[in-house]
Amino acid sequence: MGLIRGLGQLFHYIGSISFFIKNIFWWMFTKKRNLKSLVREIIFIGIDSFPLVSLIAFFIGMIIAFQTAYQLQQLASEIQLASLVALSLVRELGPVIGALIVAARSGASITAGIGSMKISEQVDALEALGVDPIDYLVVPKFIALVICMPILIIYADFLGIIGGYVIGSTKFAIPAGLYFRMTFDALRFKDILSGLAKSVCFGSVIAFISCYEGFRPFSSNDVSRSVTHSVVRSFMLIIITDCILTAIFYFTWI
Amino acid sequence: MIKIRKIYRTFGQKHVLKGVSLTVNKGENYLLIGRSGAGKTVLLKNILGLIRPDSGTIAIDGTDITQLPKKKLEKVRLQFGLVFQGSALFDFLTIDENVGFFFYQHTKLKKFIIRKKVTETLALVGLEGIEDMYPYELSGGMRKRVAIARAVIYNPKIIIYDEPTTGIDPIAVDKIVTLIEDLHQRLAITSVVVTHDLEVGLKLADRLAFLLGGRIIFEGDKKDLEKTKDERLIQFLRGASGGPIREMEV
Repeated sequence: MGLIRGLGQLFHYIGSISFFIKNIFWWMFTKKRNLKSLVREIIFIGIDSFPLVSLIAFFIGMIIAFQTAYQLQQLASEIQLASLVALSLVRELGPVIGALIVAARSGASITAGIGSMKISEQVDALEALGVDPIDYLVVPKFIALVICMPILIIYADFLGIIGGYVIGSTKFAIPAGLYFRMTFDALRFKDILSGLAKSVCFGSVIAFISCYEGFRPFSSNDVSRSVTHSVVRSFMLIIITDCILTAIFYFTWI
Repeated sequence: MIKIRKIYRTFGQKHVLKGVSLTVNKGENYLLIGRSGAGKTVLLKNILGLIRPDSGTIAIDGTDITQLPKKKLEKVRLQFGLVFQGSALFDFLTIDENVGFFFYQHTKLKKFIIRKKVTETLALVGLEGIEDMYPYELSGGMRKRVAIARAVIYNPKIIIYDEPTTGIDPIAVDKIVTLIEDLHQRLAITSVVVTHDLEVGLKLADRLAFLLGGRIIFEGDKKDLEKTKDERLIQFLRGASGGPIREMEV
């Protein structure tokens, strides 16, 4: 009985979020955007995320370099360190870790922001003034996430590579020129493109889940629950989407 | 102007509106009273089309809005100005952007023209020099007045005040009541005031309705109210805790 009810709730969730996504695309292509609100979202979602992304990406690059070096030392191939760090970051870890950071930082904040607007009747006020809340609140956030995510991911990849270089140069004395030549020789266009495609998909997932969860609370108590749901569901969907996209790229591009 | 006939609305297992019918005539100050949680706000949101009733009709100037598609409903909604219980000013916008929101969203008027309208409307509600402030910088009474300014700036036909005096001090209450009376006379707008503050409500009302347990149990003018023999309404007017109104009914 519990399983049937759980499945029912799952299908209801999928149905209502699909309808929500349809409305986002409908408003996105039927109305001219207000540049000011878009810029405000880009600053909050993108620019304000740079310090946190910088810190985490740099350390992730160093950690990958340490772990890879440990294996490569046994094969006496430390010189391959740069290629492995670059490929791991650009194809996989950069987009996934970047998306998880944005989901935790910006996604949670989006849910809390819309949720508190809903319980303080600001969402009703928008409707009363003839403005659709999805058009006004959600579409700029969706566009900002889709624009900012690839930029953030390229930046995270770059800083991660720098983090790897710090270990490569200090521990294994790999010269800068050689390290970066090995990095760029290993990367092919499709590696970069697959990372960017993932980042756009992850940005969309964060926008859909965090905004949808924002419209669900009916009381202040519900807001905290919605924020938790937003982060947990975004994390789960980012990992599931990553798995699907990695499989698609593996079978179609390689 | 507003004709509501037998509307029902249920949330989950809870029946909030159980066949509400009432009529608001053009140009009058209509008061809707009832205990907290009686369904007054739900009724208001139905009138605005923010919530659709399960059954029944709501006619605005002869058009039944319960069956209208979303686009047409949005146009009907712009005939209303709504002052929310908690003011519902947009936190992230300045007072200028809040009050001029309608014009910024629906017109291509130049910013300085909208600014002029905002300044004029703020003066109408007794506020000045606050255009560049944010809602959190204002007191509760000032926020209410800004919310009234946002509701009247585009000359709606009907203004709905949802608990306009809740949560503000007595001096601010008096200012808001005077302002509502003044706006009603100056702009000749139909007003619907929802409150459980009887003193305020009776000062403002031309006609009134009493909502109890999801039903209208009284509708009439102040003379009808004086003659009423309904014990539930008498209990409510007296503010007595003992009487026929039981907790179950609200």
